[in-house]
This record gives sequence, C-alpha cells and structure tokens, in this order.
Amino acid sequence: MNNLLTLKSKKNNLQIIKNFTMNFGPQHPAAHGVLRLILALDGEIVKKAEPHIGLLHRGTEKLIEYKTFFQALPYFDRLDYVSMMVQEHAYSLAVENLLNLNISKRASFIRVIFSEITRILNHLLAITTHALDVGALTPFLWGFEEREKLMEFYERVSGARMHASYIRPGGVSQDIPMGLLKDIYLFCIRFYERLFEIESLLTNNRIWKQRLIDVGKVSALDALNWGFSGPMLRGSGVNWDLRKDQSYEVYNLFDFNIIVGKNGDCYDRYLIRIEEMRESLKIILQAINLIPDFDYIKENDRKFVAPSRLQMKNSMESIIHHFKFFSENYNVPKGETYVFVEAPKGEFGVFLKSDGSNKPYRCRIKAPGFVHLQALDFMSQGHMVADVVTIIGTQDIVFGEVDR
Amino acid sequence: MNELNININKKIKILEYVVYLNQNLIKYIKKIEILKSKKSINLILKDAKFLEPTIFFLKKHSKNQFELLSDIFSIDLLSNMNFYRFQVLYSLLSLRFNIRINLIINVHEYQKINSIFYIFKNASWFEREIWDMFGIFFFNHNDLRRILSDYGFEGFPLRKDFPLSGFFEIRYDDKKKRIVYEVIETSQEFRLFEFKSPWESSLNIY
Repeated sequence: MNNLLTLKSKKNNLQIIKNFTMNFGPQHPAAHGVLRLILALDGEIVKKAEPHIGLLHRGTEKLIEYKTFFQALPYFDRLDYVSMMVQEHAYSLAVENLLNLNISKRASFIRVIFSEITRILNHLLAITTHALDVGALTPFLWGFEEREKLMEFYERVSGARMHASYIRPGGVSQDIPMGLLKDIYLFCIRFYERLFEIESLLTNNRIWKQRLIDVGKVSALDALNWGFSGPMLRGSGVNWDLRKDQSYEVYNLFDFNIIVGKNGDCYDRYLIRIEEMRESLKIILQAINLIPDFDYIKENDRKFVAPSRLQMKNSMESIIHHFKFFSENYNVPKGETYVFVEAPKGEFGVFLKSDGSNKPYRCRIKAPGFVHLQALDFMSQGHMVADVVTIIGTQDIVFGEVDR
Repeated sequence: MNELNININKKIKILEYVVYLNQNLIKYIKKIEILKSKKSINLILKDAKFLEPTIFFLKKHSKNQFELLSDIFSIDLLSNMNFYRFQVLYSLLSLRFNIRINLIINVHEYQKINSIFYIFKNASWFEREIWDMFGIFFFNHNDLRRILSDYGFEGFPLRKDFPLSGFFEIRYDDKKKRIVYEVIETSQEFRLFEFKSPWESSLNIY
C-alpha cells in the first residue's frame, strides 16, 4: 500500500514527495449527496481538498427564464431541499418588490412562522446528520421524529410535506387550517425538551467534543474574506443576521437574540445551531400570540393572485381571472431587484430582472452553500481525513442549492 | 413617531454616503443610484478596467469597509442589441455600515475582466461559474475551469442564444457498458408561447 512516490532530483539531492491523491467519491454517504472531492494526502493529513461540484446541476436559472413568474416558484423548493419555504419566501419577496405589492399582516406573520419552522427543520437535519457522520446514530433518529412532525405542519397547510409552494407572490396560497396554531404551540412547548434530549447526547459528549473542538477553525477575518454567512459567519464571532440587521417582513416586531460564537470551530457552530432553534421557537411563540385573526392572506388584486375555488364557483369574472392567471400569468413591469433573506444556511439571495413580459429575463440564485463549500479546501488543510467529514457536516452542505 | 425619525436619518446618511462616493470615484463612475430598499446602492462603472481599484477602495478604505463579497453574476443583454453584451454585477456588503453595493460593469463578448480573487478569496468560484455559464474570460485567475457543467462540456448554457434543451443528451449504453453522448432528438419542435395580448392587463396600472 505504499503509494507515496519519492523522486530524487539529480541536481541537489532533494527528495520531492508527491502527495497521495484520493477520490472522496460522489457516492459517499458522508458527502451529503453528490460531492466529489479530490484529496491530496500526506499520510493521513489533508494537504489539499478540491471539490468537484455540478453533479446535481439542473440549470434552474436557465429554466426559470422560460417559465412565467408563477411557474418559477416551485423551482425554489427544490434548490435547498431541506429549507424549502425560506427560498420561496425570497423569490416571493423579489416578485413583490418588482410589482410593488404590499402583503397583509396576517400573511406576513404566517410567512415568519413557517420560515422559522423551516429553520428548525433545517437545523435538525444539519445537526443530526452531522452527528451521524461523526458516529452518533441516536440523535439522527430522534431528530427525524421531530422533523416528521414539522413536515406534518407543512402538509396541513399546503398539502405537501416538503415541496410546499405555499408562500407565493402576494401572500400565501391558503389560510392556515383551524387548530394549526394551537398544535404548533403545543409542538413548541414540547420541543424544548426534545432539544435538551438531543443536547444531552451531544453537547457534553466526550467523543463529540474531541471530534469537533478545534476542527475547521475560521477566524472572523477569514470568514469575511471567504464570504461566509449565516451560522458559519456567526460561529466566527461576527454579529450579523439579516433578520435583525436588514429586517424584512415583520421580524422587527419580535424579541430574539443573535447567537454568536467565540472560537469559530465546528463545536461553536453546532452550539449556534442548537441555540438558533431555541430562538426560532421564541419567534414562533411570539408570532402565534401576535398574529391578527381576521385578515386577508392574499393580495386582493386578482391580477396577481389566483381566485379561490369558492369564488370561481360564483363569479364569471373569477373564472376569467383564473384562466388568465394560469395561462398567461401577469406581466411584471421593467426593472430589477436583488433580495436577500436569512436562510437557515446563510444569506440566500434572489436577483430578478424583468423586461416587462410575463417571464423573468434573468433570475440569479445566490446560494450560501456554494460559498461555504469553496472554503472547504482552506478549512480542511492540516486536518485528518476523518475531519473532512466533520467539516462538510458543519458547513451544512446541500447539493440542491450548491449546484442549482 | 420615533421610527419615522430614524428612517429619515438613515436616508440622509445614505445620501451623504453617495455624495462621498461620487466625489472619490468620480473618474470611474458612470452612474450611481440609491435603490428602493434604501440600504443598497447601484454603482455603474465607466469601464471594466476600473473594477480592481474601485473594489480595492471599497474594501480597504475605513469609510467603506465592504468586507464581504456576497455575489458575482452576469446578465446576457443580447436582445437589447447593445454594444456591450454582458453586464457583470458584483454585490458587496459592508457589515459595519449595513449597506450593500451592486457594482456593475458592462463588457462586450470578447473582452476580458481582471480577476479579483486576490482581493476577495471567494471570488474564485463565482468567476469560474461566470466563465462556465457565459464564457466571460477572467484574466489572472488562478484556476479558471468549468465548475457546474459536465467534464468536457461545450458552449455557454446561460447565454440567451443557447437553446434550453442543449445539444447533447446522455444515456447509459448497455452494450458498450458506458455512458454515451448523443445529439439530442426531439419529436416535436421546441415551442415558446409569447403572450403579447392587446389588453395588457397589469402593465397599465403603473
């Protein structure tokens, strides 16, 4: 198994050692999907990690240019397929910006509640699969039990467990069903305990700490230089959260904290994700108390949102609007907009340029994972092979959004 | 009442800042505009060669501190019949002053842009993506390969003259025991419906 090549240069008797290259293939379970990594190793120490991405490239940006503004929405569920609604939200905000739509308070609150549910959904997956990669199976099983409950909320509100297309330009697609808020409330109260359970398995676990502390250390300066965002940036001690700093929707009404790390290693980022779930619960509980009871959930302009089934049964006008909406869709005035939201993984941005027709002229999707994965090389240098897995886990990579 | 005051102050601040930018970068700037969200500025440069000094100034100067490059992307303006075919947009973020700047440069089809990966490390992959998708060449880039498309892919998919279906399709050949590339065959011609109705519903509102 001696694959190290030693070459002797004739001039000055220097031994040049060529590193052993290893393919961390696209089908490795710890690669979180389809990451192909070329690792240059010196013994067991990583000298260089070169990610090859694009194996899940579906050309979303190109496809959206050929779809109407309304048809483009479901593509956003399928980007980062563990934080669906946040991305719909970003797209909806962009279209609303172009159309100058103001959405109702109730719709705004529903959006916030479901954005935060999505954040918990994502962080549960991030932490538990990270633990799974490192070797702890139980948190994964427990976390997915909770995810199932959260996806049930998705289902009750939109009919789909994951790819909801619930948040739409002009509001949300339907009002929340009776009793849902109460169930979300009950879930939140119980979820604090579940979090403690997951934490009791990991936070003080000796193996977990040994694997995570001082692995993948990023200083604040480096984090900025590599363009990090979200928990990755906060883990390095930079206090930056778009929900607070560039507040959108009704986030400025809520009292919540931004969790900031200290050491910038994987363990800090794990703690941040756990605490962020608690903050999300806080926001959800406040939102449930503050949500207005009787309000529209959609823009009232039938040019921009589809009429409800009931209206279609009763008015000819609504049938016409329904037909025009789903065939031609609306024309969006000329202009461009760039909207960022705080997705669970970091700063998710949607740039839309409209040329006055019913299709986007250009849609750019800025995915946080793309930027984070780029820094994998820098983060894993000098670490062991097993730590690469830890670092991929802490970056919370999902290939749907990296490859787009 | 209190909220209102804060908003006005912020407005003045951003106006002051735009004036300051205009004074310092007057040689480079073609146009500068404050966007609707009040927290971002569009900065259109006269020429692509002014990109590096402008970005360096925006990053390093203590009055700007745009320390985070959040995005680089390009837009194909083919249908506008411009002299400049592409627009490249650099989105910078100042955490200190909470402002975004969209730095826009116009380039034509065979023009190269200087890479800024030595100023912002994460520019590297963004530039690779633009090279992959639009075929804009970045000069001095350390590793300008394709990134998202297949190994050995030809053409630049996000250009407006690239067909949606592409040119080749891939399938697994059971006899050859490997993947083969074939010229794409569609039983029906690609149809794109233009909805230019004489009624033009929503546009008349604004």
